[in-house]
Amino acid sequence: MRKILSSDTVRLLIPALSLTILLIAVFYLQPRAMSYIGLNLLFNLAVPIALATIAQMLIMTVNDLDLSMGTFVSFVACVAATFLQATPALGTLILAAAVATYAALGVLIHVRNLPSIVVTLGMSFVWGGLAVLILPAPGGQAPEWVRALMISKPPFAPMAIIASIIIALVSHFLIMRSSFGVILRGVGGNARSVERAGWSIIGARAATYALAAVFAILAGISLVGLTTSADANIALRYTLLSIAGVILGGGEFTGGRVSPIGAVIGALTLTLAGSFLSFLRISPDWQIGAQGAILIVVLGLRLLLNRLERREKRA
Amino acid sequence: MTDEPQRHAVIEVADARVSFGAVKALDGVSVKIMPGECVGLVGHNGAGKSTIVNVINGGLTPHSGTISLSGTAAVRYGIGTARANGVRCVFQELSLCPNLTVIENTRIMHQTLTGWGWRRRAAAIIGAKLDEIFPGHGIDVASPVSHLSIAERQMVEIATAFSHVAQPVRLVILDEPTSSLDASLATQLLAYVRSFVAAGGSVILISHILGEILTTSDRIIVMKDGRVVAERPATEFDEHSLVAAMGSVVKGRDIAKTIKPTHGLQPLLTAAERRGKGLSFQAFSGEIIGLAGLGGHGQTDMLVDLYLSHTSNWMNGRAPRVTFVAGDRALNGVFPLWSILKNLSIAHLSGLSRRGGLLDDTGEAALGQSWKDRIEIRTPDVDNPILSLSGGNQQKVLFARALATPAPAVLMDDPMRGVDIGTKQEVYAILRDEAHKGRTFVWYSTEMDEVCLCDRVYVFNNGAIVAELKGEDVTEKNILAASFMGAAA
Amino acid sequence: MTRLASLVRRPWIWSFVAALTVWAATILFTGGASTVGLSQAALTFAAFSILVGIGQMFVITLGPGNIDLCVPATMTLAGTVALKFMNVDNSMILPGLIVAIGIGVAVGIGNYALIKLLQIPPIIATLSMSFIVQSTAIWTNRGLRIKPPEVLAKFTTETTAGIPNVAFVALVLSVLAFILLQKTVYGRWIAAIGQSIRAARMAGIPVDGTRFITYILCAVLAAICGYLLASFSGGAALNMGSEYLLMSIAVVVIGGTAVAGGDSNVPGIWGRRCSCSWSCRCSTPTAPAPEFGSS
Repeated sequence: MRKILSSDTVRLLIPALSLTILLIAVFYLQPRAMSYIGLNLLFNLAVPIALATIAQMLIMTVNDLDLSMGTFVSFVACVAATFLQATPALGTLILAAAVATYAALGVLIHVRNLPSIVVTLGMSFVWGGLAVLILPAPGGQAPEWVRALMISKPPFAPMAIIASIIIALVSHFLIMRSSFGVILRGVGGNARSVERAGWSIIGARAATYALAAVFAILAGISLVGLTTSADANIALRYTLLSIAGVILGGGEFTGGRVSPIGAVIGALTLTLAGSFLSFLRISPDWQIGAQGAILIVVLGLRLLLNRLERREKRA
Repeated sequence: MTDEPQRHAVIEVADARVSFGAVKALDGVSVKIMPGECVGLVGHNGAGKSTIVNVINGGLTPHSGTISLSGTAAVRYGIGTARANGVRCVFQELSLCPNLTVIENTRIMHQTLTGWGWRRRAAAIIGAKLDEIFPGHGIDVASPVSHLSIAERQMVEIATAFSHVAQPVRLVILDEPTSSLDASLATQLLAYVRSFVAAGGSVILISHILGEILTTSDRIIVMKDGRVVAERPATEFDEHSLVAAMGSVVKGRDIAKTIKPTHGLQPLLTAAERRGKGLSFQAFSGEIIGLAGLGGHGQTDMLVDLYLSHTSNWMNGRAPRVTFVAGDRALNGVFPLWSILKNLSIAHLSGLSRRGGLLDDTGEAALGQSWKDRIEIRTPDVDNPILSLSGGNQQKVLFARALATPAPAVLMDDPMRGVDIGTKQEVYAILRDEAHKGRTFVWYSTEMDEVCLCDRVYVFNNGAIVAELKGEDVTEKNILAASFMGAAA
Repeated sequence: MTRLASLVRRPWIWSFVAALTVWAATILFTGGASTVGLSQAALTFAAFSILVGIGQMFVITLGPGNIDLCVPATMTLAGTVALKFMNVDNSMILPGLIVAIGIGVAVGIGNYALIKLLQIPPIIATLSMSFIVQSTAIWTNRGLRIKPPEVLAKFTTETTAGIPNVAFVALVLSVLAFILLQKTVYGRWIAAIGQSIRAARMAGIPVDGTRFITYILCAVLAAICGYLLASFSGGAALNMGSEYLLMSIAVVVIGGTAVAGGDSNVPGIWGRRCSCSWSCRCSTPTAPAPEFGSS
């Protein structure tokens, strides 16, 4: 019996390889990037993307999809740059209400058996509208402590790297190691048997959505910490980036198959891909296209790997 | 068995009745399971085995009858009560989460496994139980279930059911536990069942392999048509008397079947041996061919394969060669948002479209009306939603859908499940009529009466065709013998 | 039960009620001063959304998970290439349209190839495809803004009997889409696939062929829309399709098409789309049709 690679390792292999190859390529093209400051610049924006990716991954764990991730992170960024900075108590209250809203959405989706993409698409208009109400024009100011945290320079490795590692470890523990995470993934894998064993599926969904909101809020706050000011459209592309990050990191749309470490690596890869393409002196015209091509190649590779695995199992 | 008179039964079901629509799934069944005994449960399809199992594990509340645990009558008996009283069940279909590891699945099945270090404890519990039941199993409890083979998953499921966490395990129901295990694993399992029983536990064993039932059980309950027809110590049965007990008294049939000479004719449909063993399949024009054997032994798979290989996923020709009548209406039969008429006409749209590609509404309405009359779909208006019909009438619509096409061969995947007897008789008459006109029917049925209507019958066992019966040989006795005995070979 | 059933059967009624309400409210707010101009502008932008909305509706009807995120990129590419090809020459208007349609067909084939060959969920397949299509558009555009041929520009911006010409185009295509959905074998097939892909296959429907055609159809409609929109706004812009993505989905959903698939309706798109445009005009009367902050 072959027990060389556990499934987690296999799942992590492709994202880790793509990140390594990209990193080597970047260093080859731009040796100066191989420094504390260079790395910090390369991965600066990775922290909020990684957090949003984890949030999306949580939703995908229970076989749903959140199409409002971008607008929600934008909304949080607006709240962080205004209320949280001026009146921290009120800001915290607003964010707590947002978490409660997400939990309620999870319950609604489960009880009414609604498709999550419709509900979250509808919510994206709500979050977008609220963000415009709070900050009609770009502005606001990041709370001091967030700013200080995001630009801090810890020894040995840049903030972005350390933060990514912490995010990866915390979410790995939460999703992959804790018994709470086991229930969540069980709901994604075979909700019926989890229910038959006596667990509350509604509770699990509500908790998943609430936890996702917490990660998305962290994403919004850290984003403001980096950009110092906010705007209602600041994170719109996070919806697609977060889904792509989860998929790149070895997650699946259904079946509760996710990998938090992979998702963080996926987010880092997506962040790095942009820098890589500019270092490559690819005409800026083709940069987005090359990102699409990278996505397709990675998915193709994964299909190949899955096929091999299946054939091996049959043999 | 001890001779203490006051010993209570682990569970006692008295006079349970369950009916699904017109079908009486349980018609006054009483079952009593004592501590320290293994009870074999046998019967053909639809005898009521799975229904009584569902009643015992709490998944189904009988419409009348009582359930007592350890001698006291249980009120509001459900899954929770059953589990709390140590009743566990290994289902035929997989109930593990494929994305989780074996350890994590153990965690889900046992709510009480909490706190720090639960992984280590779960691993110890499930690992020890696997070692105990299947020595040398070679399963890595840290690997996800999706990486395990079907047999390994079955082993994990059995071990989970037998493993003791907070409540002691008192009764384990094993529904076809050996169907995906090879001979040596099956032997290990049955040996464990004996030692579990010797230690005071109870087991209900359901299997189509009569040898297992005879060697492992203390007592055998034979069910037929929702009733217990025989209940005796295992030693008083042998394979032949078991088969005889499952069957009914052979009725004289007045339909004289003619064995059509098929030699030298060109078959309409053919299929090679399934999984490279057993017999090959052939169907000739105008035949009604039955696919028999126990449910889930590859009949549906063969029908679907036959259908898919004769139709295209990219283009639709004007004249389909085969058409399909679904048995699982919700899964691959009805289109729930549509009217009866649209559901009926969907397979024959190419015959209803006019020159410009537009649908012929009047032609469609006429088609609907003619089939409504011919097959007596009970509805005031064929424009009503399909879901407004009863299950039997929905099934008639699916029949009409298939028969409305010009396809020369009709494949039927146990389409009469849950259909009342009147409807059945109507459909049988139409089938005969159409077969006379030269249509071929390939009919998988789990009901013995229906199989006996066929001109020729292929009996399935473990995914392969093990016997072919023709004309007068198509009898209940021969089919039962082939579907149960074939497993021994 | 019967009353409920009849309501369910005509969900698009409500989108019209909403449209009329918003329209009336707008007139009240603006004192009726700019009713005509406002209605015309709203109708024009509504027409573009309807064009992409129809395509998206066909795709969404195919069932859960089917969605074409490539719509905006296709619009941009078709608009850019067609304008470049026509090169302000009135005689090239028709060939230009054919080029735009050709681009739509190519993108549709690409989308379904990814979905089928790589077994990627449509949402990711069309997303990846959109990156590539968008890059191609950027590459062909090169920052140049080529004007549309004069006749075409005139056609797309002018009105006939007070109704914008593009609204007529959208109306004609909607009627065609309505016929296609309700009266043809193809329409029945996509609705059947949307309700149950397995039941559709077992009823003899060529599932892959039907889905393939549908993705092509959606891309072609997006391409035609891009062609008209670029001509309307006096040249192709790189981000010109972006606001139509979420709109195309929202319009379809709110118009009464079940996202769970298998049920769709053309009239609903119109009602919903008009009400959106009006509400936007109402909130920011000077800006050229911004949509709810969806970018």
